[in-house]
Amino acid sequence: MTRPDAAPAALLEASGITVEYPGVRALDRVRLVLRPGEIHALMGENGAGKSTLIKVLSGQRRPDAGTLTVRGIPAGFGTPADAERAGISTVFQELDLIPTLSVADNICLGRFPTRWGLIDRRAADRRAEAALARLGVRLDITSPLGTLPLPTQQLVALSRALDVEARVLILDEPTSSLDQTETARLFGVLRALRDDGLGIVFVSHFLAQVESLADRITVLRNGGLVGEWPRSELSRPQLIEAMTGRTIGGDQPAGPTVPAAGRPVLEFDRLGARRRLEPVSGSARAGEALGIAGLRGSGRTELARLLFGADSPDNGTVRIDGVAVRTGSVAESIRHGLAFTPEDRQGQGLILDLSVTENIILALQARQGALRPVPATEQRRVTEHYIASLGIKVPDPGAPVRTLSGGNQQKVLLARWLATQPRILILDEPTRGIDVGARADIESLIADLRAKGLSIILISEELDELIRTCSRALVLRDRRAVGELAGTALTESAVLGLIASAGHAGEPV
Amino acid sequence: MNRRFRRPQASTTVAAGILVLLIGLGAIRFEHFASFGNLANLVGDYAFVGVAAVGATFVILSGGVDLSVGSLVAFTAVAIAVLVDHGWHPLAAATAAFGFGTLAGAVIGMLVWWFDLPPFLMTLIAMFAFRAGGFLLSSQATPIMHPFMAQLSSGYQVSVGGTIIPARSLIFLAFAGAGALTLARTRFGRQVCAVGGSRRSAAVMGVGVGPTLVGIYSLAGAASALAGVVFAFGKQAGDPTAAGGLELTVIAAVVIGGTLLSGGVGSVLGTGLGVLILGAIRLLIDFQGDLNPAWTSIATGLLLLGFVLLQKLLGRLRGPAASPST
Repeated sequence: MTRPDAAPAALLEASGITVEYPGVRALDRVRLVLRPGEIHALMGENGAGKSTLIKVLSGQRRPDAGTLTVRGIPAGFGTPADAERAGISTVFQELDLIPTLSVADNICLGRFPTRWGLIDRRAADRRAEAALARLGVRLDITSPLGTLPLPTQQLVALSRALDVEARVLILDEPTSSLDQTETARLFGVLRALRDDGLGIVFVSHFLAQVESLADRITVLRNGGLVGEWPRSELSRPQLIEAMTGRTIGGDQPAGPTVPAAGRPVLEFDRLGARRRLEPVSGSARAGEALGIAGLRGSGRTELARLLFGADSPDNGTVRIDGVAVRTGSVAESIRHGLAFTPEDRQGQGLILDLSVTENIILALQARQGALRPVPATEQRRVTEHYIASLGIKVPDPGAPVRTLSGGNQQKVLLARWLATQPRILILDEPTRGIDVGARADIESLIADLRAKGLSIILISEELDELIRTCSRALVLRDRRAVGELAGTALTESAVLGLIASAGHAGEPV
Repeated sequence: MNRRFRRPQASTTVAAGILVLLIGLGAIRFEHFASFGNLANLVGDYAFVGVAAVGATFVILSGGVDLSVGSLVAFTAVAIAVLVDHGWHPLAAATAAFGFGTLAGAVIGMLVWWFDLPPFLMTLIAMFAFRAGGFLLSSQATPIMHPFMAQLSSGYQVSVGGTIIPARSLIFLAFAGAGALTLARTRFGRQVCAVGGSRRSAAVMGVGVGPTLVGIYSLAGAASALAGVVFAFGKQAGDPTAAGGLELTVIAAVVIGGTLLSGGVGSVLGTGLGVLILGAIRLLIDFQGDLNPAWTSIATGLLLLGFVLLQKLLGRLRGPAASPST
């Protein structure tokens, strides 16, 4: 069966993995091969399908198609317990432990040693201690897990994963809550486990961590497989290119320049929220579009939501026209002339079963208060005005928004906010999933609004669009700002260069 | 360190302290209050509450709630009375009623599992169903008439060291002991706490959440039915209107005993103490004689408020409790 010069047999081989969610193909014929004694990084932007793949491998989600073999033996996709029996252990980012149970119970849950039908407490405790000792951890195994600091909980989760006869260890963002020393210690443990012949699948956003730890890298993008490389053959720019699908280099002319006379309308200073966004500062002038660039999951949407007051910041201030506004209040933001079109326009923005008119009038009505209805003639006038000026293609203003195309839905959402005469417009991925024509319409609309003196904050993963539209851009990576580019310095390669640049507090050097 | 010794929760210690305080208070004020016989009677009088509360502890630990306790107790008692009226032996009738309660609990558990229904609603429906069932069997109180019952009324007592104590107090203690062992030392017991602590995590950790839920509600049904048997044999009658609101008394006892309504944390020992605290309050007020019975409710309510606030405080004092966010 074994050919002399064959590569070591795969420990785990998943191929053709396809997962469909209603309306979305989360994974499309993805393949992952894990060899014994290797650390295999699974990379991709948020939404690339990493989490879905992990759910499939750990038995949480049955794929719609695909095969899985463990050490050459076909294995079915079953429950989490089945995956564990097959030797696949997973530590999830959310830790998935029981905070109210003791450390020992958390390690032994689902596999308590018993004697005459009762749990053998001594054996269970010994087992928990042994599992912790393997990672060099000593702690009171009787204390409730939830009372321990997060990094310790993480080590408990890892101990639990190793307590079974694990041959495959899957780690989803294991370092997201660890500091530098803790990360270094974890990496030491992982390397030792690898040398014991374990196969480790490692998911992380931190590029430098992947570079220092991984032997191989598999990259996913938009649910599809981009490729698999030995780490030594993949440079950081190549990795980013694989993840984003964009080349570094090939610049276009920079976007419009900053209007000289513009005064800052919106200023934010050290605005941040724990575990969501490190403090970020910036400003937008009248008639200026400020871009926010970064990979998916870098904190772009978090910043937008903090600015609009949809989430409460833990620190920092927001000023409009030089006057500090109360943060964390949408009502206050709207009163100061802010408007926000969210990324998920169907889930968070539009009410799909209401008509075009009702959707457009919504924010206007909200500002007037429920007791002063907007007169029907006024509703008609406003709706017709925006249908005409934005070029919304709709058979009838009474038609439900559900029946419109993505581009037209986006325009309805824009019309809703424009009807409130905002002065600052925050657009989160306004062109995602819409066709080229509507995209051009929205770009030219942004230019018009700027000319009228509005301040625009644009989040877009289409870098070319961001650079065409914005005069300045804030670049985020790993939930912190890594730089600001303006004027001629704002180019695609400069943005990607900032995203790729090394050095991060959470990375071991 | 004393790692082998698993400290009880702080709230259980507090509950034990309060019980001792109440009994001490009674002993100072009334001559026979703290006598062995009197305390054994207290345990006996609250035996049916205690048995039901042990079952409810598992439900509440799993993050659920059982509103059907009182009506299932009444239904069980009526069913026994009616069956005996039809010529059954009381013990056979009790066994049948116990079996029915367990089965009904299993059905509730399955519905909670399969349709992912909130236990509050599911047991509310069961509450109406059992109450209606009791009335359908017999619209009024039916005495349990059987030679065995006459035997029972004389023999339903046990002599311990010369003092006669009601046998039902031993049923309570035995059931609570079995419940405590199940919770602390069986896989099922740990799974109950896991499901209550985080249902999603429990599933990921390989706990069969569905079977655990069925087990929990079967146990609760069995406990309520056993409480009904104890109740019926004590009253020697089945009354369809009996035990109204018992479920709320039971919840009060469980919470006073230190079990969190949000699930995951608690103990059967605590529940036992909670039941006895309620019983001791009642007994003190009875001994006093000239107090408005409303004082039982007032004292229970105040105690409950105190315990809830105490638990909040203990939760805060426990430090950084950085539970993993999801």
